[in-house]
Amino acid sequence: MASNHVKYRIGKSTFFKGLTILLACACVVPLIFILIYILQAGITKINWHFLTNLPKPVGETGGGIANALLGSMIIILVASVIAIPFGILCGIYLSENKKSKLAYWSRLCVDILQGVPSIVIGIVAYFWLVKPMGGFSALSGSVALAIMMLPIIIRSTEETLKLLPDSLREAGFALGLPFHRVVLKVIVPCGISGILSGVMLSVARIAGETAPLLFTAFGNPYLSFNLLKPMQSLPLLIFNYATSPYNDWHDLAWGASCILLIWVLALNIFTKLMTRKWKVQL
Amino acid sequence: MESSVDTKLATRPNDNLGRVASLKPQGTVSTTKRIKRSFRQIRAEKVFRRTLIIVALAMVVLVLGIMVTLVIESTLSIKSSGIGYLWGKTWDPVRDIFGAYPFILGTLLTSFLALFISIPFSFAVAVFLGEYFPTGWFSNLLKNTVELIAAVPSVIYGFWALAVLVPIVRSFESKIGVEPVGLGIFSSALILAVMIIPYAASLGRSMIHMVPSNLKEAAYSLGATRWEVIRAVIFPYTKSGLFAGILLSLGRALGETMAVTMVIGNTSLIPKSIFAPGNTMASVIANEFTEADHPVYLSALIELGLVLFLVTVVINMIGKRMVSRFTNE
Repeated sequence: MASNHVKYRIGKSTFFKGLTILLACACVVPLIFILIYILQAGITKINWHFLTNLPKPVGETGGGIANALLGSMIIILVASVIAIPFGILCGIYLSENKKSKLAYWSRLCVDILQGVPSIVIGIVAYFWLVKPMGGFSALSGSVALAIMMLPIIIRSTEETLKLLPDSLREAGFALGLPFHRVVLKVIVPCGISGILSGVMLSVARIAGETAPLLFTAFGNPYLSFNLLKPMQSLPLLIFNYATSPYNDWHDLAWGASCILLIWVLALNIFTKLMTRKWKVQL
Repeated sequence: MESSVDTKLATRPNDNLGRVASLKPQGTVSTTKRIKRSFRQIRAEKVFRRTLIIVALAMVVLVLGIMVTLVIESTLSIKSSGIGYLWGKTWDPVRDIFGAYPFILGTLLTSFLALFISIPFSFAVAVFLGEYFPTGWFSNLLKNTVELIAAVPSVIYGFWALAVLVPIVRSFESKIGVEPVGLGIFSSALILAVMIIPYAASLGRSMIHMVPSNLKEAAYSLGATRWEVIRAVIFPYTKSGLFAGILLSLGRALGETMAVTMVIGNTSLIPKSIFAPGNTMASVIANEFTEADHPVYLSALIELGLVLFLVTVVINMIGKRMVSRFTNE
């Protein structure tokens, strides 16, 4: 009797172990399907012509996504210029003043901002920039994306700087260095790996964001470098062309998806490798 | 060689030797220089500290600004529809009737269905990585791959679902005898479920890592099997952490826009079953915001955004609180 019960319990344990392994591995299956499908559908569309030409109107075959590629890069670049200094400074404040009241509220706001749906940030950017300026613009899209980058940069900066030993800071002060030089010349260089990986992750996250751009950058079928005019971007192009009924446009969207996917995944993997390398050195 | 070192020492203005020889005329010059420089540094220090405080304040102002903007822009709709907005059953912009019930129902249906599907998978990943195989190349690979799930842009999930998942769901629907639409709440829940796996999984994994090993060893020494330890020690110990992971996933699912917009079918009718097309709050905003042609319509859409904002903020705050309480214990 007893041995039967023990066997039953061991069997149950083995069963659940198997189930866990099965379910855990099953999670990866959809990702692999998606990757393979998109690479298969997209990679054949990508060539030099695709990368350097503008999209053709419906009915004409060919055409490319040059405007979306350039637009995406410009919008992300401007967003980074806005968000990176702001985010790093805020992270420094939070790590230097752990206990102050302002730090508490500021940290709470970062937490809130991290959970805000991207579409809501799009709405807010619409009312802050698009309406006062009288039209959709790439700049408003950049601001919306910058708001989305902030929490990631602030969090990673704060977490990295918190881990540094106090003796570093004290050694700096003991040499008579003023506060800003201790922070900028001692503390930030020591934590630069964590800060940079946060920045890269935030760029990777906003590179694929569509929802905040719907009412801000809006999209544009032509090549445009004007920050105050609507601008096309890769995710917007994918959304617009994927939901259109034309097969030519679907092909363009598959190619664009493939490029966006490779871009985002490469950024993520690169960040991981980078942090791992730096962690070994530390 | 030696002479060059000497000249370097002599010409360096902030060298300690300068202080010793302060009686010399060059010495006084360097002293005033040094004083000037320290004043400059003190000023710079003040400026720097002030900048930091301003930046931290700006963060608070930014979030308050988001909230205030949403409230102000939706007052028109709040005034005209009142609290009944939340359970009004018709959404008809042409006749100026705005009831958010179909969208709230659609949001809740897709999110909870997605959560229901994804929980077994994310818990399996958490237990796999936290307890069964915490180290090793395979678990490292699995961990990184699961994190990559969160990295894929939602518009790509949407496009893939539109091209691959929707036809599969359509043939499944025709097999079980429902009207085969394909687009609908069920498809969106499926794709959402894939997208939210990593959030609960990574939090759960780090929580399971924190279970003290003497608790587990005590259970083993009493003769418990692996599964009994997981069920009777690890799950009760990490209960709040696992729940917080579910909440964070739910927050993601509620606010997810693009993938859902592409496969939910976009109709303002109340969904009759989980296979019917519908709309979520986020997808209505994405679809109709640029088409809203009169102020009340626009304001009603923003009120949807406000509701979405408040709900996700509350859910996320509760989740974060639970995590921080757990890690402090």
